Amino acid sequence: MSTLSTEPAARPAWLDRLGHAWRTRRAALPTLAAVIIFIGMVIYGEAVYGRILQYNTISNLFVNNAHLIIIAVGMTFVILMGGIDLSVGAVIAFSSVAGVMLVNAGWNPWLVMVLMVAMGGGFGALSGVLIQYSRVQPFIATLATMFLARGLASMLSTVPERLPEDSPVRLVHYNIKLIDGPRVNDLIVTPGVIIAALVVAGAVFTLHRTQFGRTIYAIGGSEQSAQLMGLRVARTKAWAYVISGSLAGLAAVVYTSRLGAAQNITGIGWELDAIAATVIGGTLLTGGAGYVLGSVVGALVLGLMTVLITRDGSIPPEATTIITGGILLVFVLLQRAVVGRKRA
Amino acid sequence: MNGVRAWLRGLVRRQYFWGIVAILLLLGLNLIKDPTYLAIRTNPATGNLAGNLLDILRASAPILMISIGMALVIATGGIDLSVGSLMAVAGAVCMEFLNPITDASSVGAMFAAVGLALLLAGVLGAVNGVLVTVVGLQPFISTLVMMLAGRGVAKVITSGQNTTAVNEPFRWIANGYLVRFPVVFLIAVAVVVLVALVVRRSALGLMIEAIGINRAASRMSGIKPRGIIISVYVMSGMLAGIAGIFAVSSVMTVDVSRTGYQLELDAILAVVIGGTSLAGGKFSFGGTVVGSLLIATLDKTVVFLGVSAAATPAFKAAVIIVLCLLQSDVRALIRRHLPGAARRGPAGGGPASAAGRDREVPANQEGPANQEVTATRQREVTV
Repeated sequence: MSTLSTEPAARPAWLDRLGHAWRTRRAALPTLAAVIIFIGMVIYGEAVYGRILQYNTISNLFVNNAHLIIIAVGMTFVILMGGIDLSVGAVIAFSSVAGVMLVNAGWNPWLVMVLMVAMGGGFGALSGVLIQYSRVQPFIATLATMFLARGLASMLSTVPERLPEDSPVRLVHYNIKLIDGPRVNDLIVTPGVIIAALVVAGAVFTLHRTQFGRTIYAIGGSEQSAQLMGLRVARTKAWAYVISGSLAGLAAVVYTSRLGAAQNITGIGWELDAIAATVIGGTLLTGGAGYVLGSVVGALVLGLMTVLITRDGSIPPEATTIITGGILLVFVLLQRAVVGRKRA
Repeated sequence: MNGVRAWLRGLVRRQYFWGIVAILLLLGLNLIKDPTYLAIRTNPATGNLAGNLLDILRASAPILMISIGMALVIATGGIDLSVGSLMAVAGAVCMEFLNPITDASSVGAMFAAVGLALLLAGVLGAVNGVLVTVVGLQPFISTLVMMLAGRGVAKVITSGQNTTAVNEPFRWIANGYLVRFPVVFLIAVAVVVLVALVVRRSALGLMIEAIGINRAASRMSGIKPRGIIISVYVMSGMLAGIAGIFAVSSVMTVDVSRTGYQLELDAILAVVIGGTSLAGGKFSFGGTVVGSLLIATLDKTVVFLGVSAAATPAFKAAVIIVLCLLQSDVRALIRRHLPGAARRGPAGGGPASAAGRDREVPANQEGPANQEVTATRQREVTV
């Protein structure tokens, strides 16, 4: 919905719908703001540095951020419930190190890819069980999972583990040329990007068209109310963490195939990137409001920021984290302003 | 005899009881590997004490500092993710200040460096506090921003370099001895006692807990939450600054990307092991000290047992999971058998089926995030 509003065409019926949306769905405003800021960044980048709106830059933006989009989608499920998942970065590390080692040990690569996703799901299930059935707070439970996954990954190996050059796992990063532009300026997608797109589509469908998805929004709005309405709160909460973990496993497949190697320090701090992408995309950290597509835009904002900083060259690399922090702050302030006004 | 039994029963009911058990288990494990592990020697040349236990105490000093600050912040219903980054900032300030000073024995330079570091850490802590109170952001996000930005500030201070310096008085802080004990541990104990006295012997502790339970209600009963929350974040920032000074003083180098890295997680862990509820509203200094000592013991044990230091997190995870389960189960048992002893706890206690009945303040069960919503709504009702 929010992405539609950026189209230049202005039909009266459509304007009516926008007006209606404006009145009824102010919670979508932060997401809309993220879209506008993303477009602003594209225009600024094109005007100042050039070569942004061309095939290979756009392709690379998606190819290089496919894993971030996938974990941001998983994080959206969890944050929509008012939870948090700190374990995704560490789960990616464990999943990819274990996966590459299994491939090197002669296991069927296709089976290993499925196993990598399953390992992620296993860690998610551990978080979910701790949270729902042992009543540990999400922050602490996923902190435990994070430590566990990172520690286990370090026990497996502390050096980069390389995939064989001919491994089918690398096929996930096979470049498919959609448009063959001049020189290297091609529009390409990889199976990784297609997987990310399918994940996003599946998540949108699940959250907006299934009972499970509506329950997630209900839990985020008020867990007590959801419980009293007879929704399956316990099961939904546990499954949301399994989803987040499995998507982290999937992100591990996509990332490993792109890099061709895995290490125990892979993915340090990615949980923060995923949280930042989700928050920038307009999902409230307290839960109950937000959109998966917003998180995708949030991930692209972070990715484009890296591109712009690299293109600029004059920004010292040590200031990058300050900029990330600043952008996050701006978006949260924006949310605060919008949502605060709505409630008043 | 009865007194001893009552004392024991009270101890078991303490939330940090299992933390003490865990420390003893770890020490026992080390003792099996090396029967002389607990021996404390006297260095014949200097008369100073030496031994593995003293190493653990020394290692626990920085964790103690940040977890005491974290306990206070958590008691107000917040969280401070920026302490690790503020450690790096404080360390960077010290090293950058001492680096050009050629007089390696200047005590004045040491005090100036420490003062500057604490000042900047306090200012950054105040920024956290202002973001949380005046701007009204969630503590998680405000301090997450500070965590990212603080690491950047540390890198900007040293221009991305790992600055070193030479200053004997400053090195003495982490490596020296006073009345045969490591100075760093004595300073840590002094700071903990000082903070505990200030907080527990005045109304401040009560006010902090009142804010954590219900900010709107605390304001209506005459407490000014804004000032107190800001000062708690300042305190947390300055304690992180002290921890940063400890960390760089032991090696006289600041590693801007590694100093204090992820120590905020250790601090939160220490606080949780100590039985402080992440939902806010209460805190325990004794428990936090036990939690910090457990973290330090665990770190040393993993290395002592010859496991790769990179694998330490897995053991921490095991400790968290086991302790969380023990704490929630034990409390559920107590609640079932001693109705009068029912207390509001972080884990809510008990299996899911009993949760509905037992919850006194259901909105607090899910941690700071939901509580923030409740507080926000209540605030707007009162306006």
